[in-house]
Amino acid sequence: MLGLTKKQRRNIKRTSLNILEWIFKLAVCVMFLFPFYWMVITSFKPYLETLQFPPTLWPETFTLSGYFTVFEELEVLRYIKNTLIVTGSVIVLQFLVNIPAAYAFAKWEYKGKGMMWAIVLATFMIPGQLTFMTIYYMFADWGILNSLLPQILPTIASAFSIFMLRQNFKQISDEVVEAARLDNASEWKILWRVMVPMAKSTVITTVLFSFIGHWNAYFWPLVMTRNEELKPITLAIDRLKSLEQGMNYTDIMAGNVILVLPVVILFLLASKKIIQAMAYRGMK
Amino acid sequence: MEQKKVDKPKKVRTKRSLSTKLTPYAYTMPAIILFLVFTVYPMINMIRLSFYEWNGLTEEKFVGLQNYNYLFNLQVDFKIALQNTLVYTVSVVFFLLLFALIFAVWLQKDSKINAMVQRLMFFPHLCSMLAISTVFSWLMDEEGLFNAVLSFFDLPGLRWLNDSTTAMMSIVIIAVWKGMGYHALILLSSLKSIPTEIYEAAALDNTPPVRKFFRITIPLLSPQLFFMLINITLSSFKVFESIRVLTKGGPGKSTIVLVYYIYEYAQSNLKYGVAAAAGVVLLIFLAILTVIYFRLINRRVHYQ
Repeated sequence: MLGLTKKQRRNIKRTSLNILEWIFKLAVCVMFLFPFYWMVITSFKPYLETLQFPPTLWPETFTLSGYFTVFEELEVLRYIKNTLIVTGSVIVLQFLVNIPAAYAFAKWEYKGKGMMWAIVLATFMIPGQLTFMTIYYMFADWGILNSLLPQILPTIASAFSIFMLRQNFKQISDEVVEAARLDNASEWKILWRVMVPMAKSTVITTVLFSFIGHWNAYFWPLVMTRNEELKPITLAIDRLKSLEQGMNYTDIMAGNVILVLPVVILFLLASKKIIQAMAYRGMK
Repeated sequence: MEQKKVDKPKKVRTKRSLSTKLTPYAYTMPAIILFLVFTVYPMINMIRLSFYEWNGLTEEKFVGLQNYNYLFNLQVDFKIALQNTLVYTVSVVFFLLLFALIFAVWLQKDSKINAMVQRLMFFPHLCSMLAISTVFSWLMDEEGLFNAVLSFFDLPGLRWLNDSTTAMMSIVIIAVWKGMGYHALILLSSLKSIPTEIYEAAALDNTPPVRKFFRITIPLLSPQLFFMLINITLSSFKVFESIRVLTKGGPGKSTIVLVYYIYEYAQSNLKYGVAAAAGVVLLIFLAILTVIYFRLINRRVHYQ
């Protein structure tokens, strides 16, 4: 430090602090990336290599046997099909149910509106973790347990979607609606041709949440399905653990990779949009 | 009001208003009916069921408050579940808020690396808890990587999920790891809404950074922090997936939580009355929290 001016010394201090901060930030990145890295490389390790202690940080030999088990033995595509049918139907039906309801709550005054709104809000505090026990027997009475309907029907009406959409519709000025009415557009048309395009980003957000929520759905299908044929991808992956004696982490991690992959792709394509939507959701 | 003076369009108006009188109901009813059938009715039915003894097959038998007596007096399981849920909730709330706050303040400057760290931290929030839990159970295996790292530093290995003293801690670690980025992100966006003039004024006064943090940042973030506190509490009370995937309530009863208790009693023990009574207790907790939550939303809307 001898022979340095005060300014130089301060600069050195600052750059070393900066470097330290960089190292910390990289460490955080590693902390959050590592479990995913571990998932992927374990899925390519042969079974015997997964048993080594200490574990290898890079597979000594690569194998695709985990993916073979997941696709051939577990036939994961069958379960993915179930998940996609459920998710797709829910998203379409959610459009038809939640968007009109949100529009009515946002733009019209009518008798009973207050009570209906109270019902919507009340459903916020009643999770499926409570209602499943009586719903299951209701579906048994209806005779639809042997279909995908128990996974679809209860999640169509979404208080969260209605809440978010109503908020957004309210922000659209009434003049826009009036102008469309003067053009003799029907209410239905106004909703889909004027309101929905103007609330596009909220609509996309709700679709995004639906997709991620249903792709990852675990509890609801667990309590609603007894029939193996009707189970979604999550329960299939969960079953890998009990498929063989002892834990075969090669297979299990291959299954997890398949489970996480679509979300990774979605995130890579639209991370900015997703982060905005999530931050918005958390703020409201 | 003005239209009343004009005579001619009046007829057209009334005709139209009749149809507009009905359309709101046509628009709202599908959602309301679905809510009534799939949420409100099952809940009322659950409350009713809590006064009955039922195994899903035979006739229901009215037993009064016996199920509640079973929960609180005859058996310790429920009290343990309640206690575990509280321990889980308090730890998750505390560590999530703490880390979210630290990371939000640390990463608030707009820069490429900060954006990257934020994104990486946030991503686990989108992933299936099943996948995350499974990876962590592999890392926390007695012969897994975490213990390999500990033994590298000559530290004794932990039994993580297999030991009743560390199992709950391990589950909390996973939940905090998964949710940290999401909550940091929410705090970051409210940090950005703090007017820069306030900080500039503080800079003029030469306020030290620690003081700035406690005197400016924390008070201005406090509505958001309280909001998050309620949100995390609500979701922690419903914790299930990680428990079911990782420990199934064990070892012993060290990680039984409320929802897992309800699930066990309904799915495996076929004691629906007891499960329903436990559900009513959980419902009361959730109701109190939700009311606070909406009070807050309304107040915030008014201030804006």
